Amino acid sequence: MRAIAHAKETLMAEVRINGKTITVEASPDTPLLWVLRDYLGMTGTKFGCGKALCRACTVHLDGVATFSCLLPLSAVAGREVTTIEGLKGRVAEAVQAAWDKIQVPQCGYCQSGQVMTAAALLSQNAKPSDADIDQAMQVNLCRCGTYQRIRLAIHDAAKQLEASA
Amino acid sequence: MSTQFDSSRRTFLKVSALAGGGMILGLRLGRPEEAAAAPAAFEPNAWVTVYPDGAVSLVCPRNEMGQDVYTSLIMLLAEELAVDPRQVKVEEAAANPVYINRLMGAQITGGSTSVRDAWDSLRQAGATARMMLVNAAAAQWSVPAAECRAENGQVIHGSKTLSYAALADAAARQPLPKDVALKPASEFSVIGKPLPRLDGAGKARGQTVFGIDVKQPGMVYAALAQCPVLGGKVASFDAGAAQKRPGVRKVVDIGEGVAVIADHYWEARSALAEVKIQWDDGPAARLDTKAIYATLERSKDKPGTIIKQAGDATAALAKAKPVTARYNSQMLAHVALEPLNCLALVSASGVDVWVSTQHPQAAQATAAQAAGVEPQQVRIHAQLIGGGFGRRLDVDFIRQAVAIAKVVPGTPVKLIWTREDDVTHDFPRPPSLHLLHAALDGGRVAAFTHKMISPSITARMFPSAVKDGNDYFMIEGVIDFTYDIPNLDMRTVIQEIGIPVGYWRSVSNALNAFAIESFVDELAHAARRDPVEFRLAMLDKQPRQRAVLERAAKDAGFKARAHKGRAFGVASMQCYDTHIAMVAELTGHAKKVHLEKLTIACDCGIAVHPDQVLAQLQGGAVTGLINAVRSKVTIERGRIQQSNFDTFPIPRMPQVPPIEIAMISSTERPGGMGEAGVPLVAPAIANALFALTGKRVRALPLEDAGVSFE
Repeated sequence: MRAIAHAKETLMAEVRINGKTITVEASPDTPLLWVLRDYLGMTGTKFGCGKALCRACTVHLDGVATFSCLLPLSAVAGREVTTIEGLKGRVAEAVQAAWDKIQVPQCGYCQSGQVMTAAALLSQNAKPSDADIDQAMQVNLCRCGTYQRIRLAIHDAAKQLEASA
Repeated sequence: MSTQFDSSRRTFLKVSALAGGGMILGLRLGRPEEAAAAPAAFEPNAWVTVYPDGAVSLVCPRNEMGQDVYTSLIMLLAEELAVDPRQVKVEEAAANPVYINRLMGAQITGGSTSVRDAWDSLRQAGATARMMLVNAAAAQWSVPAAECRAENGQVIHGSKTLSYAALADAAARQPLPKDVALKPASEFSVIGKPLPRLDGAGKARGQTVFGIDVKQPGMVYAALAQCPVLGGKVASFDAGAAQKRPGVRKVVDIGEGVAVIADHYWEARSALAEVKIQWDDGPAARLDTKAIYATLERSKDKPGTIIKQAGDATAALAKAKPVTARYNSQMLAHVALEPLNCLALVSASGVDVWVSTQHPQAAQATAAQAAGVEPQQVRIHAQLIGGGFGRRLDVDFIRQAVAIAKVVPGTPVKLIWTREDDVTHDFPRPPSLHLLHAALDGGRVAAFTHKMISPSITARMFPSAVKDGNDYFMIEGVIDFTYDIPNLDMRTVIQEIGIPVGYWRSVSNALNAFAIESFVDELAHAARRDPVEFRLAMLDKQPRQRAVLERAAKDAGFKARAHKGRAFGVASMQCYDTHIAMVAELTGHAKKVHLEKLTIACDCGIAVHPDQVLAQLQGGAVTGLINAVRSKVTIERGRIQQSNFDTFPIPRMPQVPPIEIAMISSTERPGGMGEAGVPLVAPAIANALFALTGKRVRALPLEDAGVSFE
């Protein structure tokens, strides 16, 4: 993010989202989640708790999965943000294909966040164990209880990635 | 248009030509006896349309909240209509009295009723439409209809084919067929077969639009502060600096709270923090959890309403030294992951409401009242739901959104609750007290009594449905009691507690199953019998229930006695016409246990969409863990003490054990599957805990008894 001009309480800011530079005028304390949803109309990233407890709002910040509900616009300076709308590449495709194959979603509200966390996990650890999956995925809540299928889908995606490597 | 009531099948249908070509078939979803009761007043509540371009749509009065209605109901239709289910489009139903689910008394999605209700009527509709399309083709070809068949959206005769698109208009002019034969189960090609959820792919890609995601031109946002005390109101407020904050349009007093309307949600939230509000707390301010349970306790000697009776339980108990116990269930929050929200537009042409709701009809009524218009002037645009669990049967947030939007006519306003708003202003699951007595005779149960004392949700939401003290939802888990016991006395007592309570997935099934299935386990131990054998001995007349219990015990490797720090607990019930049994396997010791596995056997009749039946059981079991392990709502000075997922925790991935499921195949009518996975988790774990540690825990959540589930 690069500050272009300061008003008293709003900020004209440049942010890098999904590979594009976008100009936003918002208060610098506005969480990235609400910048995405309200200012940019990108609603794939979900509001769930506002306290980094459920991770429905997960995005990638320089490739690392993180919550966006407590991440102020001012902290996104010089960082590369990826949202579910911009999630691409072979890991993303493997994860989403596995989600389809295992039929993970029920209500689906948490699934953007689950997919984002799973994709980040597989980018760093191509063959995660159950313990690795627990460790990475425990931050993401699913109120419908799709955890068992999320685990299966991550293993399945890892297998696909291994086969195509 | 022609209308037909088929008394043998008790199904109504209406057919008419669609303006511009095509056919539209109206049918009624709901219990067949309801349709039969009022043939003159028949109004379809679901419509199947075959468009002139061959597209098929179903206007469905049930809402999708993850439970798979948008796929499983389409499968019922597609099976008989002979189309690919992936080609059928679902359209959300508007709020309209014609959509009332008469089984539930309102236009709601709940009670695990959707597939049960649609089983006959949607297949009937599909078959009727198919026959009319076939008849139209036969007429065009001048061949007997019996020589034609329908397949994949076409009618075929020898080498000739006509698409539904070409036939729809002529089909609408055919008389309604008199005899419509439904396929036998052996010929099903869609029902019971694998099919990806029709709404699944979008959900894995962030493309699905939930209520909270809906956009309208010129839309602004609202954040609302409500009285911390349940039922309290605004006494006075000072908007102070809030009004001058960037983006703020208005600060509004709606009586039950103060709202800030702003260009963006974060601006509304930030400004709201600066509004100073004095509250009129109201009568609930003196209420706490202890007082609530004391209120239930004071009703323990009320006779209550008799739900089920056999023999003479009083006499049988007098003859023996009875076993007695009392059980409690806790209050719970719903915490659907999509926070409550509603987009409302009040304009000269009426009111438009875009909202994730399980209850469009109540949404319409409350919106009309809040806006001061007639219900017919309110258009409800029902959206895909990011979790319901019963919370979205209530419409408080819809009333608020319309009251706020009314202040800025012509501007759509989206009200979004925070998670804290959601937990602190929930309608919690009712607390309950259960009094149980039983007499044993020769290792069998000679008499069994159960009195459940609880506030009534139905008395608040559907007062006319509660008759003679009988709340239909409080008797769940009791009315279908499966055990053959000669002397039985089952009652409910409605006792209000000073705050409103709400329907929570599986409703009273979970409360009653915890008490009854734990107590049956106590009786097995008192009789020195294996808890599985003890139950089986009372299920001679219940072959389906026997089968699931035997299967769950076998698959789990159930053993009555703990061995090397490992123990099993079992529970069994009939729930929404589905038979289910569950075994929990625990390891550990009195202070600390680990849930190793849940094993489920289930007979839900014909599983329309088998993979999603499994999904409902898996997810239902996780919801059951919320009930069983540590979550609770408590109240102090009228305020709910929990506020977010830190104080109202729900299971995370490492806390969910493997869930193994065996489905018993069946040709019976489908049972309800949306909730059946929930109720048995708590008693199965509590029974395992007793087997492991010798400690009988009779109140939920189990961790309150001093045992930690890591």
